[in-house]
Amino acid sequence: MIKGNLKRDKENRIAKFLVSGPPLLFLIVFFAAPSLIMILTSFRFPGEFGGLAPLVSPAGAAPGEFGLTPEAYQFFFSNVLYAEIFLKSFGVAAATTLICLIMAYPLALLIARSEKRFRNLMVLLVVLPFASNFLIRIYAWMIILGPESGFSHAVNAVLGAFGMGPVTLLFSPFAVMVGMVYVHLPFMVLPLYTNLEKHDSSLLDAALDLGASAWQRFWLITWPLSLPGVFSGAALVFIPVLGMFAVPDILGGTGDILIGNLIKDQFLGTRDWPFGSALSIMLTLAVLSVAGLATWFARSAIGSVHKV
Amino acid sequence: MKRSNKWLWSAAAVVYAFLYIPLAIVVVYSFNDSRLNAEWAGFTLSWYKALFNNKEMLTAARNSLIIALSASLGATVLGTMAGLAIHRYKLKVLPVLVFTPVAMPEILLGVSLLLFFLQVLNLTLGMISIIIAHTTFCIGFVAIIVRARLQGMDESIFEAARDLGASRWQTFRLVTLPLILPAVIAGALMSFTLSIDDFVITFFTKGVGEPILPIQIYTMIKVAVTPEVNAISTLLMLLTLIMIIIASKLEGSAASDGISRKETG
Repeated sequence: MIKGNLKRDKENRIAKFLVSGPPLLFLIVFFAAPSLIMILTSFRFPGEFGGLAPLVSPAGAAPGEFGLTPEAYQFFFSNVLYAEIFLKSFGVAAATTLICLIMAYPLALLIARSEKRFRNLMVLLVVLPFASNFLIRIYAWMIILGPESGFSHAVNAVLGAFGMGPVTLLFSPFAVMVGMVYVHLPFMVLPLYTNLEKHDSSLLDAALDLGASAWQRFWLITWPLSLPGVFSGAALVFIPVLGMFAVPDILGGTGDILIGNLIKDQFLGTRDWPFGSALSIMLTLAVLSVAGLATWFARSAIGSVHKV
Repeated sequence: MKRSNKWLWSAAAVVYAFLYIPLAIVVVYSFNDSRLNAEWAGFTLSWYKALFNNKEMLTAARNSLIIALSASLGATVLGTMAGLAIHRYKLKVLPVLVFTPVAMPEILLGVSLLLFFLQVLNLTLGMISIIIAHTTFCIGFVAIIVRARLQGMDESIFEAARDLGASRWQTFRLVTLPLILPAVIAGALMSFTLSIDDFVITFFTKGVGEPILPIQIYTMIKVAVTPEVNAISTLLMLLTLIMIIIASKLEGSAASDGISRKETG
């Protein structure tokens, strides 16, 4: 009996190793190791012609900058321009999150309160445009906001009627915001819907019987109960916006640079790898703190609802 | 209908319009007989013809197809294993490594892989580096789908198979795999779509030389917009749509399978 158990234990361990080993190995090599390399790179000296200076001074070389250095981080903190770009990225991410929330909430609420047989279709209709190519979704707004588009003409006609000069919509902070919201909206709808769908409608009926107005029923029941969904949706929008470079790159003007564009330039433009890596580490820290905050808020929201 | 519902419906209609009008415009303009994306000048298929005569675009499409097929194959095998392992065993490291790439901004994965390929592997960037990069971020998506499928299933089926004398491999091949197959295929289709659409990670891990579809589209958008972009966009939308329909059919049948099995069980 004991012998059989031992054999089974051994088999178990072998099975566990066979199933979890290959993906673990692959991800250690191609995810964990690259992340560590990035941390290491952020502490190195940039090479003379881009790339990196060697870690160890080559034999016979003139004394130069080899080994490790916190220079990239010092550079980041010594120049207020970079802090401003980080701050601006946080602002854009916060604004995108808020606009997505305002647009997604009524839709998610409607889907959650629709008849069961329509719900899946309504959710699919939200996800479907999101499945089309990311660049195409941004490009579509290049057409709509372009100077010769009907939309641009209409906006300028309205502005003209109020005596305001014509505006260019494309390559502006406005275009960046529109693109950001458009690309990330489904990330907000889905967690909100998943949350709202679980609400017990008898709570609302009880509130109605007790004389609560429509607004009171929403503000005192639906909204607090939906907070976990709000926070996970907010994290799902905020985090990718923070690292986005394609939307400002395509829809924004020269001044609309965010963290992502700054990082991209260090690798494909000016080729300062250590500084690019340091910026990536700063972005990672920002993402981790946002994710941590969202989890904490969501937990405390659940906690306070339970106390009530 | 209640008053609040009417309000919700109109708000939702605005959002649905916001989601679909831009894409509809791209599709409509792909048939527009004008070089400018400004007004309707009559129906034409010439942008599609130009597309199919564009050698570089065709090579890019072929390359992207090879990348997407290889990456989705790798990600499906590894992601299914990861999904099974995470569901079955109490693991600490694997879940972190599997789910973090899904949650973090793509640019971080792109940059770290770029550094890794150039510094450590001394690899010339190209198809291979893109395939590896795409596999890395698709594994998590497959694992999520497979794990969700396993969570909805009754564990006693596997115990029954073992009690009846099936070996581990037999249990997997004859019981587990057929049961999770819809999720595995859905995961494969999802990886394929993610890979063929991916721009950010491809942008960082691409080499010079081989044209890749998203990079080709990016260059067209940035340098000179022609209605050919509308045509390729429309074709890609059609491809993704077909993939999504197949995947959702499979996942739907997977879900209903699970339910009916629970009811009979």
